[in-house]
Amino acid sequence: MAELRLMKGNEAIAEAAIRCGCDGYFGYPITPQSEVLETLMARMPWDETGMVVLQAESELAAINMVYGGAGCGKKVMTSSSSPGISLKQEGITYIAGAELPCLVVNVVRGGPGLGTIQPAQSDYFQAVKGGGHGDYKLIVLAPASVQEMYDFVDLGFELAFKYRNPAMILSDGVIGQMMEKVQLGDYKPRLTNEEIIKRYGSWATTGKTADRKRNIITSLDLDAGSQEKFNIKLQNKYKEIQDKEVRFEKIACDDAEYLLVAYGSSSRVCQKAIDIARGKGIKVGLLRPITLFPYPSKAIQELLPQLKGILSVEMSAGQMVEDVRLAVNGKVNVEHFGRMGGVIPTPNEVVEALEEKFIKA
Amino acid sequence: MDVKDIIKEENLVYSKSKVLTDNIMHYCPGCTHGVVHKIIAEVIEEMGIQDKTIAVSPVGCSVLAYNYLDIDWQEAAHGRAPAIATAISRLHPEKYVFTYQGDGDLASIGTAEIMHACNRGENITVIFINNAIYGMTGGQMAPTTLEGMKTATTPYGRRVDLNGYPLKITELIAQLPGTCYVTRQSGHTPAAVRKLKKAITKAFENTGKNKGTSFIEVVSTCNSGWKMPPVKANEWMVENMFPFYPLGDMKDE
Repeated sequence: MAELRLMKGNEAIAEAAIRCGCDGYFGYPITPQSEVLETLMARMPWDETGMVVLQAESELAAINMVYGGAGCGKKVMTSSSSPGISLKQEGITYIAGAELPCLVVNVVRGGPGLGTIQPAQSDYFQAVKGGGHGDYKLIVLAPASVQEMYDFVDLGFELAFKYRNPAMILSDGVIGQMMEKVQLGDYKPRLTNEEIIKRYGSWATTGKTADRKRNIITSLDLDAGSQEKFNIKLQNKYKEIQDKEVRFEKIACDDAEYLLVAYGSSSRVCQKAIDIARGKGIKVGLLRPITLFPYPSKAIQELLPQLKGILSVEMSAGQMVEDVRLAVNGKVNVEHFGRMGGVIPTPNEVVEALEEKFIKA
Repeated sequence: MDVKDIIKEENLVYSKSKVLTDNIMHYCPGCTHGVVHKIIAEVIEEMGIQDKTIAVSPVGCSVLAYNYLDIDWQEAAHGRAPAIATAISRLHPEKYVFTYQGDGDLASIGTAEIMHACNRGENITVIFINNAIYGMTGGQMAPTTLEGMKTATTPYGRRVDLNGYPLKITELIAQLPGTCYVTRQSGHTPAAVRKLKKAITKAFENTGKNKGTSFIEVVSTCNSGWKMPPVKANEWMVENMFPFYPLGDMKDE
């Protein structure tokens, strides 16, 4: 029988890492995600599965440890929160440039700068549009529950290895800190070195044997022509991800005249807002992107004929709303509602914003 | 015509290490990198650890070191090689992991990474090339640039009131309990080459014995950055670098 446990989102990340056969976690404390490293250190998975857990001297070091581990074909991850994720951007762009699979968890807090320790969704641009330098993308998963925090660790690794691309779980302080029941999965064994050589021996640094050429993990190519070719290859990969890996959830959309678009904890607020609005006779539904890259643009487009307006609800000044507008391309009015700096909108505020921007107007 | 057509096998007294590739090195004539690469290749071949060695190259002139040694490599972001080596070594405890870093990479932008990797006693070898200048970017001041030394960013000579003091990072590293072997060598004479080879062999053997971090500084020249022909650069190094960066073992446990 499946094991049920009441746990925090951050604890779920740690438990999922151990159970999905993760080889290494490298982290640095920052609120509101320190429980990931704390849980792992308390669980001592090195005794149980052989998983390496290390508190690095900085976020920079932690993400570069991820680079090193991923370069060996190992299943490695890190987690942090907004200011720490900014520091990790150097490593993330190198990882994307070297086409290494890994998982990065961002439990977002309000910014800019040191900001606040309260939850926010103001790192959407950073996560979805690149973050570091160069033309690259992360696969971005947005959990809306503690169960999804748990599930997306395995899913994130699966997608990361499938496409040899860094994946990110874009969470926030609400999902990281709140407790919900979680259905835990069975333990997946870690890959042996022999299995890693078999699967990833064509590129991973596992030690150069006589039967193959040396493997080099690098993002450097001084020749502009071949660097452009590499960039085209990356873009083709992102297109394939866009075509194949879109995930989203639709709630009460069948008869909806108005659509809320929200991810993560905002989508939880919007679920309640739908109940309130429908109580007032407003036919509103919710589209919840689960993948932020690739973005569910088509799913939004398919709903357009029935819609009078779309409200993007985010705990930011309006970042995801740009992707909604790109998908809609002017066919329906798209507005943004959000709170910033760590303030969580209430369901009533969402309904009021919907009425004000569309129904009264 | 192959070398074997000219020299009979039994008369061959020296040949290039099999761990060195046939790629033509991009280093300037007289540069110390080529000497150190050759020594590392020979040590790997003699120890028979080609399939067990994973190296991390830096940002700097030796960013392309992976073109020259026929082993698996990871190319690091500037200064981060010790963090990358940390993970490789922890996830592959049976491997011989080494970083190859210059003075800007190790002693400036990567100071935190090298100090903490050494302090944790990561089971790795660090080869630190100190030529007191940023070679790749065109000869700017490095943390190890000597007082009074002219560079592209200290055109009238390094002034300590303006630029601070040259950093003796190897002396700092030697204080860290995680290190088992800390030495400063050079590669400018046959005798120095022999000593350096012994030092690199010892460091790799330490890794094999899981003894912690071995750290080898190689006081080096940069002909183009120093704007000197190779022989003059070697003389200048002996006269100016060695008094400030004296050669020898600082720690051997």
